[in-house]
Amino acid sequence: MATTDIIIHDQKDNVGVVVIDKITANQDCNCWIMENDGSVTIKSKSEISLGHKIAMIDFNEGDTILKYGHDIGKVVKPIKKGEHVHVHNVKTKKW
Amino acid sequence: MEIPKSFLGYKRENGRVGTRNHVVILPVDDISNACAEAVANNIKGTFAIPHAYGRLQFGADLELFFDTMIGTGKNPNVAACVVIGIEPKWTKKIVDAIGKTGKPVEGFSIEGAGDIKTIMKASVKAQEFSQWASEKQREECPLSDLWISVKCGESDTTSGMAANPAVGNLMDKLEPLGVHLCFGETSELTGAEKVCATRGATSEASEKFMKTWSDYNDFILKEATNDLSESQPTAGNIAGGLTTIEEKAFGNFQKIGSRKFIDVLTPAEEPKKGPGLYFMDTSSAAGECLTLQAAAGFNIHLFPTGQGNIIGNAIEPVVKLTGNPSTAINMKEHIDLDVSKILKREMNMDQAGDELIKTTIRAASGRLTCAEVLGHKEFIMTKLFRSA
Repeated sequence: MATTDIIIHDQKDNVGVVVIDKITANQDCNCWIMENDGSVTIKSKSEISLGHKIAMIDFNEGDTILKYGHDIGKVVKPIKKGEHVHVHNVKTKKW
Repeated sequence: MEIPKSFLGYKRENGRVGTRNHVVILPVDDISNACAEAVANNIKGTFAIPHAYGRLQFGADLELFFDTMIGTGKNPNVAACVVIGIEPKWTKKIVDAIGKTGKPVEGFSIEGAGDIKTIMKASVKAQEFSQWASEKQREECPLSDLWISVKCGESDTTSGMAANPAVGNLMDKLEPLGVHLCFGETSELTGAEKVCATRGATSEASEKFMKTWSDYNDFILKEATNDLSESQPTAGNIAGGLTTIEEKAFGNFQKIGSRKFIDVLTPAEEPKKGPGLYFMDTSSAAGECLTLQAAAGFNIHLFPTGQGNIIGNAIEPVVKLTGNPSTAINMKEHIDLDVSKILKREMNMDQAGDELIKTTIRAASGRLTCAEVLGHKEFIMTKLFRSA
């Protein structure tokens, strides 16, 4: 089995979580989808460390981030597929 | 794995079972801490549970104070209890309520006697209790005598991927065996509250949950001076990759597996609907949440962490697990079970749940947890409002 670099919880999710120490920019990464035991690959655009999220698609401002198959916040700055997703480009919808 | 049918516990007078055999010296109020600590220092095999409150509280805040103190004394992990307060009335109220369990308990008040005479009298009783408790033996008890509380802390994205769902897997396996289970953290379900409400076993439980959450949310919105993005998620959460409270909430929620909760408890309220999963209205601060769960009678605690929370509890052993490989290495002395292999797909959730069951039974049967060995005895009162 190839190394898993990224875990995606649910098929519907549009972000994945880095599970190795870190991925570098332009790295070809193997992603495992927990829900259906599926696999996809993605090329990273940023260096992203363990536990942090990567965009699986392009996002525009106002788009919704899905993780665990659920809405976990809104995009506040456009994000390209393969880029780091975190507090600098995503905010809660709660407060 | 075939789940073990029993663990070794201490059978108490009221039919409950303890995973520990503590003799505690319980101060009623802040100014009695010194006296309680002096007694505990005199008499080996006992310890004091100092805290900051117990004076001039009133209304619902005073009721919660009594529920917390009395519940702590009643917990089956406590074999016997010496209660010391400044005034006789509140001291007696706590002693009488703990005494209903049938366990040895005696109260002392300091007013009119002073610390030194009180320490002397209370020490005599504490010695008697300590030697009496030391003869108690563990006996084989069914797993249904386990009351397991859960709470996560210093969470990161590995919590939602590995440690929390491992707890959920344990719940899915142990609930059918008649175990009492409890989760809390009203604030940290924000963002997942509607999904959580659908997990009520009855419409009554679901409605009770939504009302509890809404009351909390109204309070937050009333008191907040700015948005809460800096408190929820915490700086530790953000460093670990958690971006929003919603993401944290859905990760948190993995702890209950596919279970449904049968009732919603007020802080420190003892469950009364029999075995199964309960939600308790608690703060998400670990010290406060665990103190309330222990006061409700839970006798062992499971604590998944990501970035490495170090919490313990005065009377409830706390079993810690992590899915974060760095935390498992760098904070090894705090971690009772490492499930980080899930991230490498070298361990599946079924295996992680089994390992956690084994670790939990060992701890319940007497193996000291990391938090106990390191001396963590946190006892943190939940205060509802300022005192008179």
